[in-house]
Amino acid sequence: MTSTPLVALVGNPNAGKSALFNALTGARQKVGNYPGVTVERHSGKLVLPDGRIVELVDLPGAYSLEPSSPDERVTRDVVTGAQIGERLPDALIVVVDASNLDNHLRFALQLIALGLPVVVALNMIDLAARDGLTLDPVKLSAELGVPVIPTVAVRRRGLDEVKATLSGLIVESAAIRLRPSDPAIGEDIVTLQRRARKIALGATVSEAPVRRWTHALDAVALHPVWGVLLLMVILFTMFQAVFSWATVPADAISAGIAWAQESIRATLPDTPLRSLLTDGLLAGVGAVIVFLPQILILFAFILVLEASGYMVRAAFLMDRVMASVGLSGRAFIPLLSSFACAVPGIMATRTIEDEKDRLTTILIAPLMTCSARLPVYTLVIGALIPDRHVLPFVGLQGLVMFALYIMGLVGAFVVALVLRRTVTAGVSSGFMMEMPKYQMPRLRDVAIGLWSRAEIFLKRAGTTIALTIVLLWVLASYPVAPAGQKQSEYSIAGRIASGIEVVVRPIGFNHDIALALLPAMAAREAAVGAIATVYSIDNPDDPRGDNQLRRNLQARWSLPTALAFLMWFVFAPQCISTIAVTRRETNGWKWPAFMVGYLFALAYIAAGATYWAAIGLGL
Amino acid sequence: MKPPLSLESLPQRQCATVATIDWSHLSTPEARRLRELGFDEGVGVEVLHRASLGKGPIACRIGRMTVALRRAVAGAIFVSPVAQ
Repeated sequence: MTSTPLVALVGNPNAGKSALFNALTGARQKVGNYPGVTVERHSGKLVLPDGRIVELVDLPGAYSLEPSSPDERVTRDVVTGAQIGERLPDALIVVVDASNLDNHLRFALQLIALGLPVVVALNMIDLAARDGLTLDPVKLSAELGVPVIPTVAVRRRGLDEVKATLSGLIVESAAIRLRPSDPAIGEDIVTLQRRARKIALGATVSEAPVRRWTHALDAVALHPVWGVLLLMVILFTMFQAVFSWATVPADAISAGIAWAQESIRATLPDTPLRSLLTDGLLAGVGAVIVFLPQILILFAFILVLEASGYMVRAAFLMDRVMASVGLSGRAFIPLLSSFACAVPGIMATRTIEDEKDRLTTILIAPLMTCSARLPVYTLVIGALIPDRHVLPFVGLQGLVMFALYIMGLVGAFVVALVLRRTVTAGVSSGFMMEMPKYQMPRLRDVAIGLWSRAEIFLKRAGTTIALTIVLLWVLASYPVAPAGQKQSEYSIAGRIASGIEVVVRPIGFNHDIALALLPAMAAREAAVGAIATVYSIDNPDDPRGDNQLRRNLQARWSLPTALAFLMWFVFAPQCISTIAVTRRETNGWKWPAFMVGYLFALAYIAAGATYWAAIGLGL
Repeated sequence: MKPPLSLESLPQRQCATVATIDWSHLSTPEARRLRELGFDEGVGVEVLHRASLGKGPIACRIGRMTVALRRAVAGAIFVSPVAQ
């Protein structure tokens, strides 16, 4: 009995590899990790025409077998059988972009030279045709010495032929498989490139000047004035959408949770279990799940911007601004993703080749206002900032929210500037990027991406956040306070909070906030759940829901305290996942410790300054 | 002999071929990436867009691919214009 054969999808970035992977495996995908590195391992099952099942793994895009980033290293190690925790593939599907053969064939030649069975997918052949490029796959196949199948991944063309070819390539007897030859003993890159160009030229039947469509769009998108304006409009629309489109589904989720709480209250007797379910789990986890629509909308925008090819244009436009603080335009993509969540943002820094540059980007990523801060901001602003207009169409609440975002951005730039002159000093790194063709994002690919994000978020809400909330509920409920004493102060959690309060009192924080800070370490949005849970326990007879929570805040928090609390959340490293991913990405505790230290210091100073300034202004 | 023209100063939309690349001006990773993106003597190039009038990056065509480069790197690539 041998294990399932393994087939690896390899190719240059922008060859349409992921689209081909999605088309071949559909929704039956698994996202894991390679041991020791944080590179995601995407795999799926593929059924061959002869009924055999093979595992298909989508390797990170690379330009050659000489890695210049952790992602590319995994690609090289897998195809050479050197990757720990991965078996040597039984065959490779080498994906090349039909309209960019000169370049993609070079990597294909390197891969073919490894000696593994190979089928070449001549992908996006339709776009090449649209550009007036006619290719001869038969001739190409003869030159390369391996089967070449024209494919259009997004239209599912050529998939059956790829599968049929694969079943011929994968021989059952694993015994005759050889270890591939050492990639170091190969031709140098220039020779390979020249050979690739010759083969590409030979396989080209006719050629028209390159893609006018993309150039016409780029004339606007990369324009020094219109391009920047367009980027601003896109970003504005994105943030606007996050706030306005999410209202309806979020309200529906709130209503559902309130209904569940009422039903439990109506059916169960008044026991600690009922309190745990309603005041603990439903109040706490519910307060977090409400933000799923906002997070999905934000991710949808980011996925569409990536898939359409626009993201690289944004990086191009931002390069100059980024260069002024010692970063590269490439850092823009991870930083923009960090507005959704710093964890994928920090993982996205893997495409930055320069180590110092990458480290700086990782260290400032938590300053981007992630979606987990939204619940906190929304609640506190809604409760304590007056809902009035400062200008026509400009509400004070919206303005405060905007200011918090800007504060994070300005903080990030200043920190980057300082870091690049001190701890991460070094020559400014370059910016060299391939700009892919524009493409219509496929609904299916975006949906698959969104689904995996939703899964991660719900899993977190169901595990980390739920556990934190239950733990907090236990600590906040026991020991039971005698009559006349507040439960939130008498309980174990209350006493811990009283200890924290000593430290945070000078920056205007009260006992409630001290209590919320600990669970917020598990996940920022848990602060909202924690506050809701504590008030629920203190006043079990209060009506439930957002309005009551808001009234409680209004009664217990002063405006300077609320402003200090908001400032704290702009800077504080309130999220274990971010710290954990930073540790993994930087291979040690040094940088996460540094990050936590500087962020807490900034948060403390900023919150304190805000509090005393607000008091001084008589707010 | 005409003074050498770099990709940085090549007029927009003027087709050219790479004459020579001054590798000594580039860091090792930069040089490797540049080779991987297909920059080599004799290859056709063209400047498509400039991010801003000042110091922003440029987008250029190399083969059938569009690549973004910083000006310092483009300045190390010398080209000979092709009559159109």
